[in-house]
Amino acid sequence: MFEYNFHWRPVLKSLPDLLQAGLLTLEVAVISMLIGITIGLCLALMRMKLNGPLKWFAVSWIEVARNTPVLFQLFFFGFGLGAAGINLPPYVIIVTGLSFNCAGYLAENFRGGFQAVPDTQMNAARCLGMNGWQTYTRIIIPQVFRIVYHPITNQMVWAVLMSSLGMMIGFRELSGETQFFASRTFRIFEYFAVTAVIYYVIVKLILGLSRLLSARLFRY
Amino acid sequence: MIEIRNLHKHFGDLHVLKGIDLEVKKGEVLSVIGSSGSGKSTLLYCINSLEKIQQGTVKIDGIDVHAKSTDVNKLRQKLGMVFQQWNSFPHLTAMENVALAPRIVKGKSKAEALHIAETQLKHVGLGDKLKSYPSALSGGQQQRLAIARALAMEPEYMLFDEATSALDPEKVGEVLDTMRLLAEEGMTMICVTHEMGFARDVSDRVAYFHHGVMEEIGPPEQIFDNPVSAHTQKFLANVR
Amino acid sequence: MQETITFFSGFGISDFWFLADAALKTLWISVLSISVGTVLGVIFGWMLHEGKWLAALTIGSILDIFRSVPLIIQLVLFYNFAPMIGLNLDPFGSGVVILTIYTAALVSNVARGGIEAVPTPMRKASRTLGMSYWQDLFYIVLPIGGRAVFPAWIGVVLGVMKDSALVSVLGYVELLKASQILITRTQEPFLILALAGAFYFALSYPISRYAAKFEQRWAQ
Repeated sequence: MFEYNFHWRPVLKSLPDLLQAGLLTLEVAVISMLIGITIGLCLALMRMKLNGPLKWFAVSWIEVARNTPVLFQLFFFGFGLGAAGINLPPYVIIVTGLSFNCAGYLAENFRGGFQAVPDTQMNAARCLGMNGWQTYTRIIIPQVFRIVYHPITNQMVWAVLMSSLGMMIGFRELSGETQFFASRTFRIFEYFAVTAVIYYVIVKLILGLSRLLSARLFRY
Repeated sequence: MIEIRNLHKHFGDLHVLKGIDLEVKKGEVLSVIGSSGSGKSTLLYCINSLEKIQQGTVKIDGIDVHAKSTDVNKLRQKLGMVFQQWNSFPHLTAMENVALAPRIVKGKSKAEALHIAETQLKHVGLGDKLKSYPSALSGGQQQRLAIARALAMEPEYMLFDEATSALDPEKVGEVLDTMRLLAEEGMTMICVTHEMGFARDVSDRVAYFHHGVMEEIGPPEQIFDNPVSAHTQKFLANVR
Repeated sequence: MQETITFFSGFGISDFWFLADAALKTLWISVLSISVGTVLGVIFGWMLHEGKWLAALTIGSILDIFRSVPLIIQLVLFYNFAPMIGLNLDPFGSGVVILTIYTAALVSNVARGGIEAVPTPMRKASRTLGMSYWQDLFYIVLPIGGRAVFPAWIGVVLGVMKDSALVSVLGYVELLKASQILITRTQEPFLILALAGAFYFALSYPISRYAAKFEQRWAQ
């Protein structure tokens, strides 16, 4: 019944290339997260503090990011914009798509974080003569970051997993590279099995690192 | 001196303060009593501009608190406030809680701010908790931390908004003792309180608030022993 | 009518039905995988709760793999693995198997959280009333814990619904794959992407709003 002969040798030969592609995966995920966190924070504040077109803009971004598939979002930045004459390279498409998606999800995490910090903290800071900027940067946002630390970690893991969609738009990060080798050698299972292990290790590394960091960051 | 003239405060349809006139002189300790919803906490919020007012004036040392031209952040440095919920900053140690505002608002050096913090924490009896995070402190200790934090800004006036109401009964004493200490040191204080013993022993004057009106004000003996207003009599009969 | 046709140039009414049919396929594969996956996930969640460390070490770590490897990799792996053990699955079959296990892996965590959300005294109280273990589970834990994690479960459901788009990697013509085919043929990316996006959004947005309202109501 089990007649398949595994051939691992070609996979091992291209392992350095795969690991290199794994670094590219990490790079794409980290950059998208940094952009996503920045924009997500702005979107959350726009949604909470503003009215009119800017609020509407933030709400639309958040809801579209959360309620459509990531692949759809990538298609949009890919051949959607392509049709309008804006042809982005795959690297830019994947970073734009993931940043767009992460910003939407993180915005809601931030909003929850802001709501979890009691209003009285604001009063206490203002009573000490701090201005709005000082109150936000010194008192409110540090507390929000602690609340959203775990959601951010999870989102980072998601960013790594989602970046595998690069394969669907011809970008050679870990999954794209794997597909490239697999289709040349027809050792599809072997290649993707090794890649699965690499993803698993990356995810566990991120989670472990995040735990170490949180022990150092949050001593209260 | 704090001078309040014809102060009116509305929350939507709700008329919370109905024309308050009040003066608090330097060095005076005023206790404000009354049932909840009488507007006494709102009075404090109007004094340091956490709430806007609809009519009247509040002046601190001659400066109109609610005037557009007034730098509220600067003015608030004169006014220390302690809340019912102690509001320690949970992400900072006791020392950092106290040192933060002197450093970033008053622009003191880090070493100077930490020195002030240490002095103030020792002052309120928390000398052994300098490096503790608020989560490791009891309610009473956190409230004393809040007092130290306010004092570190070297305020000329202290406003206490039911500072002991949210505490476990056995922790009330330590906070009241700290407030007594401040009063003895000559701090000007307005204390919204439910602690009648404290109001009687420590205050120079006591004001009774009822439905947004200051019904009666006078020395503690007068208010507690010979209240004129029927509302005051009834309130005191109930709390005794 | 004439005007619409000229306006949509390459995009005809038969293309619309092609898309609608693909949308139904998206719905069908999602509903199937989510329902079976949820049942499995609840059973796994219960085992994780009751089985303590042994369960965590066995099922726990196996399910964790499905949460730590990109879905697209899982799909390719399984599709190529099935024939090795004599299973001849079409893309739909492989998609259902992987989406089901993937759902189960996500739901198991949610379900365990739900069981743990029921306070121990409440469970002790029901047992002292003479309820059996299973009665306690069905009449106390299920309604109370279920309510607590209902929004989280909705999150999983919507996630899987959107992720079902990835089955297209195996050549299954669900909504996004159909969109891609049509875009290549008609060169109308904006219209087609808008239709596909609107379908996902119309399905996902009301449900997520309902879950958010539900959560707010029970938080008070």
